[in-house]
Amino acid sequence: MTVLVAAAEGGVVIGTGEAIVFWVLGPVALAGALGMVLSRNAVHSALWLVNTMLALGVFYVVQEAPFLGAVQIIVYTGAIMILFLFVLMMVGRDSSDSVVETLRGQRVAGIVLGIGFAALVGAGIARAAEGTVVRGLAAVQGEEGGAANGNVEAIAEVLFTRYLLAFEVTSALLITAAVGAMVLAHTEREPGTRQTQKELSRARFLTADHPQTLPGPGVYARANSIAAPGRLPDGSPAAASFSTGVEPQVVDELPPSGSVGAERAGIPHSGGTDAALGTVGGTSTGTTPGSGEQAPR
Amino acid sequence: MSIVNYLVLAAVLFTIGAVGVLVRRNAIVVFMCVELMLNSVNLTLVTFARTTGTIDGQLIAFFVMVVAAAEVVVGLAIIMSIYRTRRSTSVDDANLLKY
Amino acid sequence: MTGSETLPAEGLLAASWLLIALPLAGAAVLLLGGRRTDRWGHLLGTATVVVAFVIGLLCTVQLAGVEGRSVQVDLYTFMQTGTLDVQAGLLFDPLSALFVLLITGVGALIHVYSIGYMAHDAARRRFFAYLNLFVAAMLLLVLGNSYVALYVGWEGVGLASYLLIAFWYRRPAAATAAKKAFIMNRVGDVGLALAVFIMFAQLGTTDYAGVHGSVGLLAGGTVTALGLLLLLGACGKSGQFPLQAWLPDAMEGPTPVSALIHAATMVTAGVYLIARSAPIYDATPTARNVVLAIGAVTLLIGAVIGCAQDDIKKVLAYSTVSQIGYMFLAVGLGPAGYVAGLAHLLTHGFFKAGLFLGAGSVMHGMGDRTDIRRFGGLASRMKVTFVTFGLGYLALIGFPFLSGWWTKDAIIEAALDHGGTWGWVLGGVAILGAGLTAFYMTRLMLMTFFGPARWEDGVHPHESPPVMTAPMVVLAVGSVAAGFLLVQAFPLSGWLEPVFGEPEEAGHVVAPIVVSIVVTLVVALGVLTAWLFVGRREVPVTAPARVSPVVRAARRALYADTVNESLFMRPGMWLTRALVFVDNRGVDGVVNGTAAALGGSSSRLGRAQTGFVRSYALGMLGGAVLVAGALVAVTAG
Repeated sequence: MTVLVAAAEGGVVIGTGEAIVFWVLGPVALAGALGMVLSRNAVHSALWLVNTMLALGVFYVVQEAPFLGAVQIIVYTGAIMILFLFVLMMVGRDSSDSVVETLRGQRVAGIVLGIGFAALVGAGIARAAEGTVVRGLAAVQGEEGGAANGNVEAIAEVLFTRYLLAFEVTSALLITAAVGAMVLAHTEREPGTRQTQKELSRARFLTADHPQTLPGPGVYARANSIAAPGRLPDGSPAAASFSTGVEPQVVDELPPSGSVGAERAGIPHSGGTDAALGTVGGTSTGTTPGSGEQAPR
Repeated sequence: MSIVNYLVLAAVLFTIGAVGVLVRRNAIVVFMCVELMLNSVNLTLVTFARTTGTIDGQLIAFFVMVVAAAEVVVGLAIIMSIYRTRRSTSVDDANLLKY
Repeated sequence: MTGSETLPAEGLLAASWLLIALPLAGAAVLLLGGRRTDRWGHLLGTATVVVAFVIGLLCTVQLAGVEGRSVQVDLYTFMQTGTLDVQAGLLFDPLSALFVLLITGVGALIHVYSIGYMAHDAARRRFFAYLNLFVAAMLLLVLGNSYVALYVGWEGVGLASYLLIAFWYRRPAAATAAKKAFIMNRVGDVGLALAVFIMFAQLGTTDYAGVHGSVGLLAGGTVTALGLLLLLGACGKSGQFPLQAWLPDAMEGPTPVSALIHAATMVTAGVYLIARSAPIYDATPTARNVVLAIGAVTLLIGAVIGCAQDDIKKVLAYSTVSQIGYMFLAVGLGPAGYVAGLAHLLTHGFFKAGLFLGAGSVMHGMGDRTDIRRFGGLASRMKVTFVTFGLGYLALIGFPFLSGWWTKDAIIEAALDHGGTWGWVLGGVAILGAGLTAFYMTRLMLMTFFGPARWEDGVHPHESPPVMTAPMVVLAVGSVAAGFLLVQAFPLSGWLEPVFGEPEEAGHVVAPIVVSIVVTLVVALGVLTAWLFVGRREVPVTAPARVSPVVRAARRALYADTVNESLFMRPGMWLTRALVFVDNRGVDGVVNGTAAALGGSSSRLGRAQTGFVRSYALGMLGGAVLVAGALVAVTAG
């Protein structure tokens, strides 16, 4: 707490300590926001956002809202962002991570509008809030022996009296959200139609399609670029891994078959297929470029 | 140093979040941008609570967090189900809602 | 109903609905029975009408003994709500009885005749079905106790007339004539329908007793309008000026149809309507004068055109137009003329039906040819036809002591007795018409039955079978005797007294004997002129081209069709074309244009909806910027 009580207008003068915190953490928050938007990798974005949120949490604490600061860090940074990362890990890295803009003029228009919006709102708020007397919350939540014993008690008092109805409605909202998420994420299956693993794999191999899980971009690639398509075991580009946004490029060719890693490792292979990858025996059922569609799930 | 600093910072963060929504195609990143916008609004709420000397702003911010949590749960579930059917989290791929 | 109480019907009169039901049932059986009834259909059709005639005769005899000579048969309550009580019922009074006897009597004879006439027609059953339908509708027309019932029958006979004119519907001329008759009848029917509407709107009732009892309550203008509208209906149905043009064309139908519908019965419905509406016309001298004028004009038009026609049925048709003009003239004269007009209607029914049947017989013998310039010398070949036709002819021109003489002279006397200049004009027109009638009928007689034979090759005239000649004989007897019976032996005026009141013995302007002598002389003059023109000389086989404008006009039916075409048909077609144009370009243009504009603009706007969420979000941010800008502008300003 670096709040100094100013006697003159009965207001609070923002002290130097708070200014130092602001000027240190403000750029950090800004950098986190910009990093989130600019990161190509969604996981990086999430980490940048965590950065911003932590900074905001500190701002809350500085601004006489220690409870909110704690909630921000625990719930937001802790729970929600973990949820984000969890989903990111489930979905996997995706070709939509591409930063190539596909809508014409979208990026320029968005940036221009964004700058305009920031200028207007910032200028408007600055004009309106210029010279506002900061009353401070000491009278409400006070220190020990004040109107209430601190921030948490003050919030609890208001929350369970004046905002009781909203609080209860919130519970309904949360239960609805939980049920909704379950409904959305749950796939219904007819009782008795559950297939055994044997049947599933038989069905998968009976189709002429890709029998395996789809390769992520770059799984078999020799490059990290999103533009480099994945390779099928026979060395041809995996159509299913083509990026939707960029022209696929062949960054490198497979080395001659004699130098395939598996062979070098001494594992015999037959029929030209890469036995080390060990999924298809004998003949290759790998998709050819252009015919690769979604594998049945 | 005054509260204006906080407010302008919140405005800038909000704008960055909005622009992020516009330019990013990964639905999850778009969602993060929305969260950023909500957070910037929370910052203004906390700031104003302190300025006016009433605790209600903090309450509202608290409710915003709760709503944001619920929204994230549902939103991520939707993203998951879209991903299941379309094998993509790009918001541009879910473009059936048109004439 | 002047002063007579209408009693509920008893005895056989209560079953007078059978009169209508029998022919209607016959028509239904014949139409629905299909080919199964082909062999005996004509006999059934004839039998229903004959039985109806017997019932009508018995009813009439019983009616003579009923006090007030008027009975009402309530059939059923059509609707009863509040003060509105619509009953469907029949009214059997002397006027109805006369028509019932005429319709069923002449109808029965013509049915019998048709058995022979249509013997070789494959569709004879259909013919008898339509004839029965006509008889039923006509009986409903004259027996109904309200204007609505009359209207139903009125439209029924119109339908039957249409069906029968177009009986040989494969002939374009017949189909066209039927359409013409139907449409011109519609013009008149509109008048009748409007009159019924006015009655209902003003009086709340349409039955004769109610309307006639409260005519005095109506404003003078309303009564006149009512009279004129009823007259329009009568003109349409009876082929009176200016709606006379359809009747001659209606001769495209089979000859028995011409005899029954377009000479004896249906075309006299107009006369019946005006006679039935006597209380209305009594209240409006204006409408009555219009009736007189129309009667006089039609009388002359029909006679003049009849003088120049070469088609045996067309001559008779124009004669019918002319004779109905006489009847209109008579009923237009008011109480003095009703009885005379109806007597002429009855006698005309006899001799004109007889003449048409004779014409049919001639055509039957001449292979369906109708051009009198190619007849001649048939008197020796077709003796029965000649004699019966000749008797009808004499009755029509008013040969002394035959039926036409009695009734036509009565009309001319009544016209002269009307008084004043108007009376002289009407009487003069009627006498002139008598002379013209004598001329054209004599011309017809001479060119058909006398002189050298001008037959085309391959024509072998022969007498018709007895089934055809027997009705002709009966009608010829009627032509001779009906006038005497109706005027002298059993005065019609006495029989009709309950309907039209006591005949007043007005002072004559000209002594009846003088009138008779003058008329007879004029008729003789007409006959003589015709003999000078036709009988004395060789008749050219083709009509001479170099003729006076009057003859040319008469041959073109006084340009009635031309007038109709230029006044109504052409403007109607222009109007229709203009309306079609307005509808296509204007109305449809506006509608289609609106639709196209909306469709086009919505498909343009639809392009904006790309399906990309980020585009929509861009729009939202743009809107937010605008709102923020507006807020800043307002607070800064």
